[in-house]
Amino acid sequence: MAILTEDECRAILKKALGYSKADECEINFGGSDSGNIRYARNTVSTSGSLSQTSMVISSAFGKKLGVVTTNEYDDASVEKAVRLSEELAQLAPENPEFVSFLGPQTYAPRSKTFVSETAAITPALRTDMVGKSLDTAKENKLIAAGFLQNSAGFSSMMNSHGLFAYNTSTDVNFSVTLRSEDGTGSGYSTKGYNDVSKLDTLAFTKIAAQKATGSKGAKAIEPGKYTVILEPAAGIVLLEQLYGGLDARSADEGRSFLSKPGGKTKLGEKMVDERVNIYSDPSHPDLPTGSWAGDGQPQIKRSWIEKGVVKNFTYSRYWAQKQGIKSIPNPDGIIMEGGNATLEELIKGTEKGILVTRLWYIRPVDPQTLLFTGLTRDGTFYIENGQIKFPIKNLRFNESPVIMLNNLDALGKPERTVSGESGQNALIPPMRIRDFTFTSLSDAV
Amino acid sequence: MKRKDFLYLTGMGISASMLSRIPVFGSPVLPGHDMSPVDVALKKRMADVVLNAARSKGATYTDVRIGRYLNQFVVTRENKVENIVDTQSYGMGIRVIANGCWGFAATDKLDNDSIAKAAELAVAIAKENARIQTDPVQLVPQKGHGEVSWKTPIERNAFEVPMKEKTDLLLSVNDAAMKGGANYVNSILFLVNEQKYFASTDGSYIDQDIHRIWPLFAVTKIDSKTGKFETRQSLSAPRGMGYEYMTPRESDKIKGVTTLYKDRYDMLEDARAAATQADQKLKAKSVEAGKYDLVLDPSHLWLTIHESVGHPTELDRVLGYEANFAGTSFLTLDKWESKKFNFGSKNVNIVADKTQVGSLGAVGYDDEGVEAKKWDIIKDGILVNYQAIRDQAHIIGLKESQGCCYSQSWQDVQFQRMANISLQPGKVPMGVNDMIKNVEKGIYIIGDSSFSIDQQRYNFQFSGQLYYEIKNGKIVGMLNDVAYQSNTQEFWNSCAAVCDANDYRLGGSFFDGKGQPMQASAVSHGSSTALFKGVNVINTARKI
Repeated sequence: MAILTEDECRAILKKALGYSKADECEINFGGSDSGNIRYARNTVSTSGSLSQTSMVISSAFGKKLGVVTTNEYDDASVEKAVRLSEELAQLAPENPEFVSFLGPQTYAPRSKTFVSETAAITPALRTDMVGKSLDTAKENKLIAAGFLQNSAGFSSMMNSHGLFAYNTSTDVNFSVTLRSEDGTGSGYSTKGYNDVSKLDTLAFTKIAAQKATGSKGAKAIEPGKYTVILEPAAGIVLLEQLYGGLDARSADEGRSFLSKPGGKTKLGEKMVDERVNIYSDPSHPDLPTGSWAGDGQPQIKRSWIEKGVVKNFTYSRYWAQKQGIKSIPNPDGIIMEGGNATLEELIKGTEKGILVTRLWYIRPVDPQTLLFTGLTRDGTFYIENGQIKFPIKNLRFNESPVIMLNNLDALGKPERTVSGESGQNALIPPMRIRDFTFTSLSDAV
Repeated sequence: MKRKDFLYLTGMGISASMLSRIPVFGSPVLPGHDMSPVDVALKKRMADVVLNAARSKGATYTDVRIGRYLNQFVVTRENKVENIVDTQSYGMGIRVIANGCWGFAATDKLDNDSIAKAAELAVAIAKENARIQTDPVQLVPQKGHGEVSWKTPIERNAFEVPMKEKTDLLLSVNDAAMKGGANYVNSILFLVNEQKYFASTDGSYIDQDIHRIWPLFAVTKIDSKTGKFETRQSLSAPRGMGYEYMTPRESDKIKGVTTLYKDRYDMLEDARAAATQADQKLKAKSVEAGKYDLVLDPSHLWLTIHESVGHPTELDRVLGYEANFAGTSFLTLDKWESKKFNFGSKNVNIVADKTQVGSLGAVGYDDEGVEAKKWDIIKDGILVNYQAIRDQAHIIGLKESQGCCYSQSWQDVQFQRMANISLQPGKVPMGVNDMIKNVEKGIYIIGDSSFSIDQQRYNFQFSGQLYYEIKNGKIVGMLNDVAYQSNTQEFWNSCAAVCDANDYRLGGSFFDGKGQPMQASAVSHGSSTALFKGVNVINTARKI
């Protein structure tokens, strides 16, 4: 199915809601066309194409809720799905945490989440873009493995209280790992955009190639506490554990790193270095996101950590109601402020330290202290007197992003990056951190 | 392991809205939906439309998978049912070889015109990709099986069990935990039914009906004075079984410092124990870092096997197909070719087995029509084989595939996934108490928790649910803040003993993650309790 327009969505949703006999009804409707190409061993391995839509119908009687989905949109099929959601609602147990659907909302003007050139990507263009990456690998006598995927989609919702929302979006994501033929060097690069014209697979592959060649012959160093420079692709996987964990309910219930004894929380308290400012902004030109959350709440510019102080928690609508405050949805995109220094300038200003390209296999060790473990990967280098001196073997860390942001030394200029763990895009600066804790050495390349 | 999804579930930080965002779970099933599989004759007709359409456009090989995937989640916390989510996903995935290159397309529009167009698109993509293909795809031969079927041998279909029975069980579990002193408890029943039809130009028309079940909970206890909190998660294992798994049997219990479970699970009993043990964890002594002998229960060891044996012996990793994401492997072909690579001690015998009854990975046929089988991976400590699929088998000189191909749904392309990989029991009669008797300074670890390993599967770190200190052959108390780190080869070479078959149990996960786009796969790992000498233990306590 093609990407439906706002008017087409409105018409289909209005008709579907017209069948409802429930106390209240809400319908989410969306779809996407996507494609991908994957390569390894300097050749294409798999690729694919997928087109799909779905309509989720939620009917409620009192606090009893029933949900069904259909992907058939003729009148009879939609009416049948509405009836069935009502039947399920009548069968379901009452959910004391059910909150009535929202009424009409006011949303900010849509930002540029949809770029027609990205929506028009063809299999041939994907092949061409990957071809440039493969050529770079071969020219440098390196072995490439990478992934390019693109999608274009729409999402819309309407409910019986008069709420309507609509958005379209496009995405293109690319990542590549280049390895030396002898298996002793590896380099990585990743980028994601709404606009395919910003994705230069050739340039990004060249960065990975430099790292792969430069990381051959890595030396072992003793694990311990080191100053590190985390490139954005490395920093995001630890930062997202922090900003993804700002949930009010778990903090209030005492089972979060944000909890304090006696039922108190760290909301409003300084938790990290005062240079840390983290916010979300749907209209940011470099990270445009939708103007509404999945339940219809408006997404607005909102500060999460300001000058090191925890400014906001996310509140589900139920928990907010119970606490007597306004709910705050999870944001779609995160921006961390930085400075103007380039990565090269951060390196220049480092007396002794380690440059980290990527962190890998991040897992929680202790939720109380937000302690995580994981390893460096695909380009780890030792810095001395402002210069990269030699590649080093990978290291395992045990570190908390809270401790890490208290040991902040310097911030560089933010850039858009993709989390290798969650796949989320964010705008993150490179960070120089003191006393980052490495606990063991890895022989993996 | 599908990382975020696994964390959502095992961490119990889930809500229905989170579940609905996980693509693999599909969309909610209509109430009163017909749970019986789609008519086989209809699926065969659709498959033939696709096979013919692809062939007419120039495909030299085609397979088609028609999948109907049903999942059910019953989600509770404390004294309420938070949500009941039934999901279904139904559609078709088409894989072709044209001009020597793979192509794939998927659709949920199953009329003849739409599926023929999807087949043509798959061929077009293959031909486009062939421009940058260096070597043509090479498949080992696979005979056609004709029209065959296979079904997980279940006693009671969990989807047909009345919802009240399921919610009553979970609410009883929560009640038991709360009465035992827990501050919070979440519990979930997670049920899966894959109805899969496979057809290929080799002449196979394979219909399979696969069932899985995973009951799990997390009990949290908070010390209000200090603000410290501890969680004890369930010691259940996900299984390739029906609802009979939820009917406790004394003969399936192993009594010890805590009760452990074989082929039947007593969720209520485990929740009672969890409440007590979460409290004990709050009061447990923080471990002193250093070298310890580790006695690892199967409820813990399955994950170490998964990460350090299962993944590095996947041939696609060895060859570099996962280099950009999941990683490669230290078990390079030269190590296998030498026939003497010392992976572990002589106590280490590890098999791959797609036929193991009750396991998550048990099927009749894989997702490219290869019959399930069993083979050695590590024999008396030596690396002897890998896990391969049809387009890799020739690289290690195999005449046929080992049947390790799988796709999480109709909409994703199938690729090499892990078979059930299990440590074989010791041949000398030995129980857990016999093993502990010979340990001077050690830790007995039960249950899985934190897990992390490098991209070539050398350096790892694991944590558990329960840590019992062993001194001079006796358990003397509980420890906390424990994680052990090792190198895969050193670790398996430190394996000094494995308990006998009476102690053998399966662990596993629904969420083994791999591939781009990421796909989840369910897999089991069996073992008996095993002893590892002189492993490095770190203390994970921090202050923020």
